[in-house]
Amino acid sequence: MEKIKVQPLEFEKPIVELEKMLDELEAHSKEHAVDITDEVAQLHQRIRETKQEIYSNLTPWQRVQIVRHPRRPFALDYLKLIATDFTELSGDRLFGNDRALIGGFATINDIKCLVLGQQKGRDTKENLMRNFGCAHPEGYRKALRLMRLADKFKLPIICLIDTPGAYPGVASEQRHVAEAIAVNIREMFQLQVPIIAVVLGEGGSGGALGIGIADKVLILENAYYSVISPEGCAAILWKDAKMAPQAAAALKMTSPDLKELGLVDDVIPEPPGGAHHDWEQAAESLKSAIVRHLEKLQKTDIEKLLDQRYDKFRAFGVFEEEEAAV
Amino acid sequence: MAVFTKPDFKSSTVKSKKKEIPEGLWTKCESCGEVLFNKELQDNQMVCKVCGHHFNIGGHDRLRFLLDPESFEEHDTNLIPVDVLKFTGATSYVDRLKTYQKKTGLNDAVVSGLGKIEGQAVSVAVMDFNFLAATMGSVVGEKIARAIERGTKKKIPVIVICASGGARMHEGMFSLMQMAKTSGALARHAKKGLPYIAVLTNPTMAGVMASFATLGDLIIAEPKAMIGFAGARVIKGTTQADLPKGFQTAEFLLDHGLIDMIVPRQQMRSTLAKTLGYLGGRHTHKS
Ligand SMILES: [Zn+2]
Repeated sequence: MEKIKVQPLEFEKPIVELEKMLDELEAHSKEHAVDITDEVAQLHQRIRETKQEIYSNLTPWQRVQIVRHPRRPFALDYLKLIATDFTELSGDRLFGNDRALIGGFATINDIKCLVLGQQKGRDTKENLMRNFGCAHPEGYRKALRLMRLADKFKLPIICLIDTPGAYPGVASEQRHVAEAIAVNIREMFQLQVPIIAVVLGEGGSGGALGIGIADKVLILENAYYSVISPEGCAAILWKDAKMAPQAAAALKMTSPDLKELGLVDDVIPEPPGGAHHDWEQAAESLKSAIVRHLEKLQKTDIEKLLDQRYDKFRAFGVFEEEEAAV
Repeated sequence: MAVFTKPDFKSSTVKSKKKEIPEGLWTKCESCGEVLFNKELQDNQMVCKVCGHHFNIGGHDRLRFLLDPESFEEHDTNLIPVDVLKFTGATSYVDRLKTYQKKTGLNDAVVSGLGKIEGQAVSVAVMDFNFLAATMGSVVGEKIARAIERGTKKKIPVIVICASGGARMHEGMFSLMQMAKTSGALARHAKKGLPYIAVLTNPTMAGVMASFATLGDLIIAEPKAMIGFAGARVIKGTTQADLPKGFQTAEFLLDHGLIDMIVPRQQMRSTLAKTLGYLGGRHTHKS
């Protein structure tokens, strides 16, 4: 059985405790040459049960902690594992090259496509470069430039969403991040190639939606997709950011909730405890979902695909419609 | 995904003449403190004659100032917001909706329909900040999408008078998806070569800005309107930086090349009529 190798989260402590007991037991048996086969088996059983108990009853807030785990695989980590080639392309041709939103050609299962991805950093230095996965307008404009390239040369588009949100800063506003996102949303409805969006980790509001219009919207099991961060929601509606766990539950932002509400097409399973416990398994799961949906979409007539894309988003909304007198 | 319930006999298409004149005789200007005679303030389209401050106005008032008299035909009054997430939190969404419905007489934050501006037929939607800060929920998005589609179908220009404090958090992801829905409708409208003008009023922020408010063929703002994506407090909190003078005002946006023009409320109608005259393209939309 795989032991927890990465920094455990608070709610994983009971598992870690048991694993420590197991280590001690094994050390003791070695030292004193006692047969402890039964005890070891029992402990293994308890660890399995505890894992099952914890990992199959994750609260929305626990999932948020999982997707913010520093060892969670990011867009480029997945690309290394699922693509046989990734050729990065840079810049918006207007202002700069935003490293919080990367893009380029990729070959996945022999399918040539264009991949966009919001990219976080793992340490301070990398996070400065990646701006914690929060893109500026030039990131969204690079994305649009590359999507138009894909449209011209008929490459399907894969958007890997993982951002706390578009960057809230003075420069971002001055270069009009709102317009950059809005134009992407509008233009993505007209791209004559199949589009798949996958929420890998954090699906932060408009910043996520800026590369989020797609024929299929998929989400990893522990990822969230929300109109506002749980902290932001708590600060406004509860007047207390510490109420974020409550807000995370109320916003119905987890993958099972979104699937039930019909807001995502498919949930991609993660290894027990989250993708950071086993990158290879998570990548395999992601790859098979992308390939499965892509192969189906590529068989669909493009005009029909565009109509379906519009109808899909056009239908999002719940309200009562009182019957009107004619 | 619409839920069809509660049949009644309220018409979805009604001629509206509702007025929202402030009670009493006098109003103190929020900006310069001048005491203004209400009748005069109304005649000046709720703009302070001393300092030019634009008072917040309701949707029906806005349309009265903007459209030809008696030309407005209201649509979609029969769309009612619902508590889709059964939002449990510090406040109940149902209670908040009831409070604002009572306060404004509206079902939600948009008044929309067909009307005429100097004889020219338009499909129009107005966001009313008095209703839950014109946050964007399913009804807001649906009414705006329908107004756009109505314009596309009738081959007439679409005008949206924007205002919004941000997301309707109580509707979670449904709130976010209204950005997609409205922008998608605008893509189809544009494809037919039809004009769309966005008018930004105080304040227009967040998701509305990152969708239909910035997608106008023309973008016109009212003087001193606060316009932006992220709120000033969030920006300050994130960056720890001082904000430039006049940051996120209409004037700041004009200086940075983000909007076409700033037009005082009293000239909005004539400006819209004049500019629409240039946007006829391959369609004739004189009626
Ligand atoms: Zn004044």
